[in-house]
Amino acid sequence: MVDAPSERSTNGMAEVVFRTERLSKIYDMGEVQVHALREIDLALYRSELVVLLGASGSGKSTLVNILGGLDTATSGRVLYRDQDLTRADDRDLTQYRRRYVGFVFQFYNLIPSLTARENVAIVTEIADDPLPPEEALDLMGLGDRLNSFPSQLSGGQQQRVAIARAIAKQPAVLLCDEPTGALDSATGVVVLEAIERVNRELGTTTMVITHNVAQAEMADRVIRLSDGRISDIAVNETKTPARDLTW
Amino acid sequence: MRALNQKLLRDSWRMRGQLLAIVLVVVAGMATFVGMRGVMHALQETQASYYAAYRFADGFANVRRAPERVAQQLRTVPGISDVETRVRASATVDIPGFDEPVTATIQSVPDGRAPRLNQLFIREGRRVKPGRDDEVLVNEVFAEAHSLQQGDTFTVTIRGQQQRLTVVGIALSPEVVIQVQPGGLFPDRERFGVLWMGRSALAAANDMTGAFNNVSFSLAPGASLDDVLSRIDLILDRFGGTGAIGRADQASHSLLELEFEQLRGTSTVLPLVFLLVAAFLLNIVVARLVNLQREQIAMLKAFGYSDLEVGAHYIQLVLGVVTAGAVLGVAAGLWIGQAMGQLYLDFFRFPSLAYTFEWLVALTAFLLTAGASLAGVIGAVARAVRLPPAEAMRPAAPPTFKPTAIERIGLQRFFDQPTRMILRNLERQPVKSALTVTGMAAATAILVLGLFFTDAVDYLIEVQFGIIQREDLTVTFTEPTSPQALYEMTSLEGVTYAEPFRAVPVRLHHEHRTQDTSLEGIPPAPYLRRIVNTALQPIPIPEEGIVLSDRLARTLQVAPGDYIQVEVREGARRTHRVPVAGLAEQFVGVGAYMDVEALYRLIGEGPALSGVFLMTDADDTAALQQAILDRPRVAGVVSQDRAVEGFEETSAENLLVFTFILSLFAGVIAFGVIYNSARITLSERERELASLRVLGFTRAEISYILIGEMTLLTLLALPLGFALGAVGAAGVLAALETDLYQIPFALSRATFATAAAVVMASAVVSAIIIRRKLHTLDLIAVLKTRE
Ligand SMILES: Nc1ncnc2c1ncn2[C@@H]1O[C@H](COP(=O)(O)OP(=O)(O)OP(=O)(O)O)[C@@H](O)[C@H]1O
Ligand SMILES: [Mg+2]
Repeated sequence: MVDAPSERSTNGMAEVVFRTERLSKIYDMGEVQVHALREIDLALYRSELVVLLGASGSGKSTLVNILGGLDTATSGRVLYRDQDLTRADDRDLTQYRRRYVGFVFQFYNLIPSLTARENVAIVTEIADDPLPPEEALDLMGLGDRLNSFPSQLSGGQQQRVAIARAIAKQPAVLLCDEPTGALDSATGVVVLEAIERVNRELGTTTMVITHNVAQAEMADRVIRLSDGRISDIAVNETKTPARDLTW
Repeated sequence: MRALNQKLLRDSWRMRGQLLAIVLVVVAGMATFVGMRGVMHALQETQASYYAAYRFADGFANVRRAPERVAQQLRTVPGISDVETRVRASATVDIPGFDEPVTATIQSVPDGRAPRLNQLFIREGRRVKPGRDDEVLVNEVFAEAHSLQQGDTFTVTIRGQQQRLTVVGIALSPEVVIQVQPGGLFPDRERFGVLWMGRSALAAANDMTGAFNNVSFSLAPGASLDDVLSRIDLILDRFGGTGAIGRADQASHSLLELEFEQLRGTSTVLPLVFLLVAAFLLNIVVARLVNLQREQIAMLKAFGYSDLEVGAHYIQLVLGVVTAGAVLGVAAGLWIGQAMGQLYLDFFRFPSLAYTFEWLVALTAFLLTAGASLAGVIGAVARAVRLPPAEAMRPAAPPTFKPTAIERIGLQRFFDQPTRMILRNLERQPVKSALTVTGMAAATAILVLGLFFTDAVDYLIEVQFGIIQREDLTVTFTEPTSPQALYEMTSLEGVTYAEPFRAVPVRLHHEHRTQDTSLEGIPPAPYLRRIVNTALQPIPIPEEGIVLSDRLARTLQVAPGDYIQVEVREGARRTHRVPVAGLAEQFVGVGAYMDVEALYRLIGEGPALSGVFLMTDADDTAALQQAILDRPRVAGVVSQDRAVEGFEETSAENLLVFTFILSLFAGVIAFGVIYNSARITLSERERELASLRVLGFTRAEISYILIGEMTLLTLLALPLGFALGAVGAAGVLAALETDLYQIPFALSRATFATAAAVVMASAVVSAIIIRRKLHTLDLIAVLKTRE
C-alpha cells in the first residue's frame, strides 16, 4: 500500500460512487449538542463492499442514513457520483432513493398489515428492474412463508424479509444497518451471502454496519468510526467469502 | 401500487368498527341534508307548478257586497291582468254522526265555465252542474276527516236557511293547500272545511245575486302589488272592503311559506352540524392513524415513495369513507325525503308531489364533507410525510412524563399507581385529551339539539295557552256587534265569564317600515286574554298608547316612547300618530293592543265588539258551541283545547317525527365519536398495556387504566356538551324565527338527562368492546412487531 487507503480503492482505478467532504451532523438538543459525525472525509467506490464498525453511538447509522438520502447533514458535502446530495431538495432525494438505494434497517420496519410477499412487492412495484418478490424471498430461504404476516414471523425471519425487500429492487447502492443483529450465525451467513451476491453479481456498492468484527473479513475495506470520526480504514487484501465466516 | 392498496384494504378492515362508525355519521349527515333539502325542493317545485297550472291568484279582497259591474272597474286597474269575483259564505255544517259543531267556508265556482283563477283540481267525481243548488264539492282534507264520498249528503245552514247538499266530487285548490279556519292558527280539519257550490246557487242562498263579496286577481308581469292593492282598496271601500291583500297574507300561502322557511333553516343547520362532526371524527382518526404509522411512512419514503404517493394513500382512506357514507347517505336521504314528502302531503294538499333526486344537493353535501375532512387530514398527513425518514424511523423516544399537577400539590397518596397513570397520561397529552372531550361534547350537543324541540314546543304551549290565552272559547262575529252581545253570551248555559274584544285591521308605519296586523282593543285589566312582559308577568293596558309585541317592535324598530303611524284599514280609514306605550312578549303572531276605549276613540266609532272570549265550566262544550253558532252574526267559535290539539298535531306530525330521526342520528353520532376515541386510545396504548400485562398486571388493572381514562373524559365532556347544545339550540331557534312566530328557548332537565344517558350508554358499550379486545390482547404479537 503506497497511497493513503482513504484515497484509493483496492481495485485501483474504480470510479467514486460516494464522496463526503468535511461531513458533520450535529443534533441540537437544546442544552447539549450531540456531534454524531465530525468532519468526515470519505470516498466509496463502485462495486466495493465496505463494512462499518464502531461502538454503539459512534455515528454509524447517522452516516448511512445521510448517504442513503434519509437524513441531511449539518455541514459539509455528500456527493453521489455527480449529484450533490447536500443540495438536493426533497423531490430529488426521493427520486435518488427510489432509483438507486436499497435499505436494510436496524429495526426491520416491515408493514404489519402486509404479508412477506406484499412487503417486498410494495418496493418492487416502484422499482425499474426488480426481481420478482417470490424470488427475492426464496433467496432468503423464505419461499414457504410468502403469505405470512410479520407478526407470524420470528425476528430473524422478519429481518430476512427486510433484506429480500432491499435486494429485490436490485439497487445500485445497498445500505445495511446491522442486518444480522437479530440472527443466529447460520442464518446470518445466509443473509451475508445474499448481500455478497448482490454486491458481486450486480456490482452494487454495499455498506454493511455491524458490531461483529468477524464479519469485517468479507469486506473490501473496513472503516472504523469512533465518536463521530473515522479512526481507521483498513483494506482487506484477501476477502473471506461470507460462506466461510463463523462467529 | 397493488401492495399499497392491499395495505389500505387491510388497514381499513382492521379499523372497520371505527370506520363504520364514521360512515354512519356521514350517512346521518348526508341523509338529513339530501332528505330535507330534497323534500323542500320538491315542495317548492310542486307549489310553483301547482300555483301556475291552477292559476293561484296574486291578491284577494273581501267586501260586504259589491254589484257585479264593479268587476269591470277592477279589470281596468293598471297592473291587473285578470279578475274573478266570487260569492263566499260562512255556514254551519251538520254532518250525520258527528256531534260537535262544524263550520265551513263555501266558495262559489262559476256556472258553466272553469274559474279564471284558483282553479280546482278534482281528485274524485265531477264538477257541480250549472244551476244545481244541491251539489257541492268538498275539500279533500275535510272529506277525509269525515269519510265523505261522492253521493254522500249533509246539511248546511247559510244565513239561517238549511240546505241539503250532495257531494259530487272531492277537490283541491291552490287557495287551500293548508286548510285553516278563519281566526285559527292551526288546522282543524274535522271542525272546519272548505266547500264549493255553483255561483248562482250560492248567491241565492247568501243574498248575493248579481253581486259578489270576494274577489281575487292576478297581476300583469312587472306590476307593483302595493299600487294595485291601494287602487283596489279605493274602489272597494264604499262597498265595505276590508282591505285587499297579496298572496303573502293569504292564510294557506303564508302558512306554507312559514313551514318552508322553517324547513329551510333546519335542513341547512342540522345536516351541516352532522357533516362537520363526521369530518372532525375522520380528522382525528386519520391523524392518529398517520401518527401510529410514522415508521411505515418513513420506510415507504426510504424506498422512494414520494410524499404525494404516501399522502394519497391516506387520503384514499378518507375519500373511501366519505364516499361510502355519501352513497349510503344519498340512498337513505332519498328514502327519508320521500317518506317526509308523503308526510307533508297529508298536511300540505297538493295534487301530487314531484319528488326528484337533486344531484346538486347530493354533490354539495359530498364536497362539503370531503372538503372538511380533507382539510384537516391533509395537515396531519403533510406533517407526517414532511418528517425526514431517518427521524421517523428511530424508535420514538420514551415520552417525557412528569408528575401531574395533582401530584405536585401532594395528592398522590390518594391515588394508586394505575390511577396515577391515567392522570399523567391525560396531562401529558392535553391536546389529544381535549380533542376527545370536544368530540364527545359535540355528540352530547347534537343529542341536545335533536331533543330540545319538544321542550321548546311544550314551553310555548305552556306560556301561550296557560298564561296568555286563558279563554276556553273564542267567539268571532261576522261584523262589529253591539256590546249587548257580551251579556247575551254571559247568560248562556255553561259560560262563567266573558271578555269582549274589538279587532281592527291596521297598517303600522314607522319611518319607511310597515307591518299589517290586527289592532286589538281589550279591557284595561284583562282576565282571559292577557298581555305579558318578557318576564311573563301580566301587564296592565295603559289608557293611552299602543302595546306592541316585541317582534313587531323589532320589525318596526321602535321602542316605548316612540310614536308610530296607525293606518286604520276599515271604516273612515284615517291615520293617527300613536305613542308606543309598552312591549309584550308573544311567541305567536305580531300582535298590537290598545285599551278598548282608546281604540274606539281612535277609530271614531262607538262601542262595538268583534268577538268575545269565554270561560266555561262545561266539560263538554259541544252543545254550548252549537248554541253560540246558532246565534245570528256569529262567524265562528274556536275552542282553546282544539287549538292546542291542532298545534300539537301539526307540530307532532312535522317536528316530532323529524326530531325522532334527528335524535336517532344524534345517537349514532354520539356512539361514533365515543367508540372511535376509545378504539384510538386502545391502538395507541396497546404496546404499553401489553407490556404491563407481561410485567404482571391483571386484565382488570389494565382495563381500569383505559376505561378509567374514558370515564374521566366522558364526565368532562358532558357539561361542555350541555353548554354547546344550549348555544346550538339558541342558534337553531334564531334561524327558525320568522316574522310570524318564534319558538321560545327552553331546555328541560329531561333533555339533558336523555343526552347524558345516550352518551354514557355509548361509552359503556364502547367500554365493553374495548374490554373484550383487552382480554384477547395477543401479548406476543403486540410486542414482537413494531408498528
Ligand atoms: N434524533 C437524535 N437526536 C439526538 N441525538 C441523536 C439522534 N439520533 C442519534 N443521536 C445521537 O447521535 C449519536 C450517533 O447515533 P447513531 O444512531 O448514529 O449511532 P450508532 O453508531 O448507529 O449506534 P448503534 O450501534 O447503537 O446503533 C448518538 O450519540 C446518538 O445518541
Ligand atoms: Mg445504529
